[in-house]
Amino acid sequence: MSGSDLILLSLVLPLVGAVGIAAASRIGANARETVTLATAGALAWTVWKLVPELIQGGRPSLFLAEVLPGIDIAFSVEPLGMLFAALASSLWIVNSIYSIGYMRGNKEANQTRFYIFFAIALAAAIGIAFADNLFTLFLFYEILTLSTYPLVAHKGDAKTVRSARVYLGVLLTTSIGLLLPAIIWTYLVAGTGTFTPGGILEGKLTGPAVGLLLGLFVFGVGKAAVMPVHRWLPAAMVAPTPVSALLHAVAVVKAGVFTVTKVIVYIFGIDFLFAEPSSSWLVYVAAFTIIAASVVALRQQNLKRLLAYSTVAQLSYVVMATAILKPLAEVGAAVHMVAHAFGKITLFFAAGAIYTATKKTELHQLRGIGRRMPWTMTAFTIGALSMIGVPPTGGFVSKWYILAGAFEANNYVAIATIIVSTALNAAYFLPIIFMAWSFEKNAPPANEHGEAPFAVVLALMITAALTLMFFFFNGPVLELEGQLVKAGS
Amino acid sequence: MTSLAHHLPALQVIVPMLSAPLVMLLKPSGLARAAATVASLFAFSIAIAMTIGVLDGNTYTYRMGSWPAPYGIELSVDHFSALLLLIITGASSFALLAGRRSVDADIDASRQPLFYTAWLLALAGLSGVPVAADAFNIFVFMEISSLASYVIIAGGSDRRALPAVFKYLIMGTIGATFYLIGIGLIYLMTGTLNLADMELRIHEVADQKPILVAAGFITIGLALKAAVFPLHVWLPNSYTYAPHAVTVFLAACATKVSLYLLLRFDFFVFQGNLAGHDVQFAYFLMPLAVLAILIASGVALFEQNVKRLLAYSSVAQIGYIMLGASFVTVAGLTASTVHFFNHALAKGALFLAVGCLATQCTGLRLSDLGGVAKRMPWTAAAFVAAGFSLIGIPGTTGFISKWYLITAALEQGSLGVALVAVLVISSLMALVYIWRVVEAIYFGEPTTDLSAVREAPLAMLAVTWTAVLANLYFGLVPEVPVTLASAAAETLLEHLP
Repeated sequence: MSGSDLILLSLVLPLVGAVGIAAASRIGANARETVTLATAGALAWTVWKLVPELIQGGRPSLFLAEVLPGIDIAFSVEPLGMLFAALASSLWIVNSIYSIGYMRGNKEANQTRFYIFFAIALAAAIGIAFADNLFTLFLFYEILTLSTYPLVAHKGDAKTVRSARVYLGVLLTTSIGLLLPAIIWTYLVAGTGTFTPGGILEGKLTGPAVGLLLGLFVFGVGKAAVMPVHRWLPAAMVAPTPVSALLHAVAVVKAGVFTVTKVIVYIFGIDFLFAEPSSSWLVYVAAFTIIAASVVALRQQNLKRLLAYSTVAQLSYVVMATAILKPLAEVGAAVHMVAHAFGKITLFFAAGAIYTATKKTELHQLRGIGRRMPWTMTAFTIGALSMIGVPPTGGFVSKWYILAGAFEANNYVAIATIIVSTALNAAYFLPIIFMAWSFEKNAPPANEHGEAPFAVVLALMITAALTLMFFFFNGPVLELEGQLVKAGS
Repeated sequence: MTSLAHHLPALQVIVPMLSAPLVMLLKPSGLARAAATVASLFAFSIAIAMTIGVLDGNTYTYRMGSWPAPYGIELSVDHFSALLLLIITGASSFALLAGRRSVDADIDASRQPLFYTAWLLALAGLSGVPVAADAFNIFVFMEISSLASYVIIAGGSDRRALPAVFKYLIMGTIGATFYLIGIGLIYLMTGTLNLADMELRIHEVADQKPILVAAGFITIGLALKAAVFPLHVWLPNSYTYAPHAVTVFLAACATKVSLYLLLRFDFFVFQGNLAGHDVQFAYFLMPLAVLAILIASGVALFEQNVKRLLAYSSVAQIGYIMLGASFVTVAGLTASTVHFFNHALAKGALFLAVGCLATQCTGLRLSDLGGVAKRMPWTAAAFVAAGFSLIGIPGTTGFISKWYLITAALEQGSLGVALVAVLVISSLMALVYIWRVVEAIYFGEPTTDLSAVREAPLAMLAVTWTAVLANLYFGLVPEVPVTLASAAAETLLEHLP
């Protein structure tokens, strides 16, 4: 199968899966979940089949249609998009296993709708990953927002609907209000919106306009959750945990930072932007987001909200790394997408496992829980250590590269931010770990419970293992993303 | 051109006009509906045929009784009028195909043949305006369409339609009279009623003052009929209390015909001849457009009745069309004309979905619709998808309009940036008012017993979903409307000095 067929297949498969899920739900829950798993597996297989061609330097591409003169729906695979697509599609398999355990364990309603929109969201994520130009990217970006709304509003009660309104409101306001004008502006000045190594804006735009356009892009991509457009992410925590885990720790938020990185590398070009002083504010805004979100996380009592604010901070790591505008830091940004994905999905899986087994959601309820749920809390510990950046976890690798890039650029703001935020990460994660593993004899458990369902535990062990393995086996990712920088410079 | 193709512009009007009295004679109401639907579909296929012809590079001119142009009655169809004809006949056909339930519920079987007669006359009048090439026949067609529209709006069982239509009648008559005064003045000065001839002869008029006055009368008169803010007050209640099928038909095309005429008259006749008129035109329309967009959207935010909410949204959308036109550039006029088509599709689909809701719900206030999505999933999904188009989500027709409008605005420099802000704010307002409905139908608390609520009849759903899918199709493959619109924009601008 050629590259373009594989791209088409990877876009169509989840949609076919969505139809299949709807059809299979009439047979029964088992059939429906079999279709989900089969679709996830087939999608991951298709996406991974693209890797060899890419490593040899090929750029598979697919042209679908010309919508307006000069504005196409077209796809092309490059290292960053490959990474994002492989990440999202592979973790979908694990997440589907987890979903089965979670949704059944909590006896959630409307499970068919849940699986259908999950599949559509994945199709949108793949579309974003492989988009060849800004228009195509924007199309799938909006589809992702809209297809995740029913997932966030899943429960359907008044509180959930209010939160879902914040979710949709922030994401659509930023995308229509800032991102769309930015895209049209780009098309107007550059005559194209195709992602091109080295950027397309050099010589077309100068002075403060560059900084302004960058601002429209960065805040327009609300999914990157750079403050002050981060409010949707904590709001999204009302969703069932599998949604928080795959979408609001991986697919949706990574789509955001992926878009920011892609725009900086392929639309502006890192050298052009580095030479342009009006773009230097981005590092400060990202640094502020990292510190502020970490401080807010310190004060959270609800586990999922804490994880959400931690995600806000970690996303800005990627944005800051990109904004350092040095090759090593760009690699660090890409690596951090992977490392954070493995770590954070593990943490969310653990939070959902605790909820499924005990209905506990607040931090103070977690005292001594490690004795009753040893597997879950082991995974949680690994995930948390990765967030802090302790070896041997994946988080260490990306921090290394981001720091290296910061030193290369003599960017002391970035260096200081990384140091302070590491301390803050430790300050909010370590107490939870200690509390969970403290076995006080005089603290009788509130209620009797054991581990979460097997499917849930299996999934979180897989991702915890991935978090550890990424410390040792990160070579392919580095090799692939090295191309990104080579192509960009 | 074959001989039949040559007659298409005349047939476009004659088919519905001659079918109208025949429909009146068909006593069983089902037969009358069937005949009206067939006539409308026939008119639709004529419009499609002419669109294809126009896209192939033909222009249609037709001399009634073979009298040459300035003396005889001339009909002509170019890109712009083909676009309009497509909208008018398409809206009528969709509304008739889906309208059976609404008409049966609202109108006695015995009066239905009369209702369909009036409907076909409205269709004939509306189609006549884009086809006719002289100002007086345009006036006649406009009056036919207006009188017939008053009848079909007030034809339902809702008594509140009567004061609404009375307001429409008064304001519509004032508008038509103003227009007539305007062309009277021009006729005095030039001695011609043919638009093309008028354009040439106004040059020769020594004293331009009466022409200026005529321009004022015609612009205001047509603005009244087009519901240009703040002359829109007749529109919301007329659309709200009309039978649902009528709302689908008129909301998609009635004001657009007057807007079409406003643009055509202004660009063909006045812009080239009156010094500085393009600036006057822009200064007149742009502030009104901005006000329409912001204020009407703002009213829609707080509206409780879904039909009136959508009606106010129409006033705002008319603002989009005016805003694009007020730039007096190719990009702006393309945005404006393509929005004729796109808004008709989006609003038509939305009103079709509302018609589906109305078959099952006790009322159309948001509180009446709580939670109906569970019982009517296809209708609800259609409303959401058509709503996306109105908001301008990529992949829908609304996005195409928005893209062109923002592009055109950005060409205007710093003023354009402010206008982009207006467009963006109004898109977000559209998001809010559409989402109020969406939240009500999906998550609202039912106020009445919903157990008897069923999905709308299959035929209605099929038509509604055809319209929704057209929104998606022309959002991804917008070649036909965009080609027509950009050609129309260029034609309009050719008449500038």
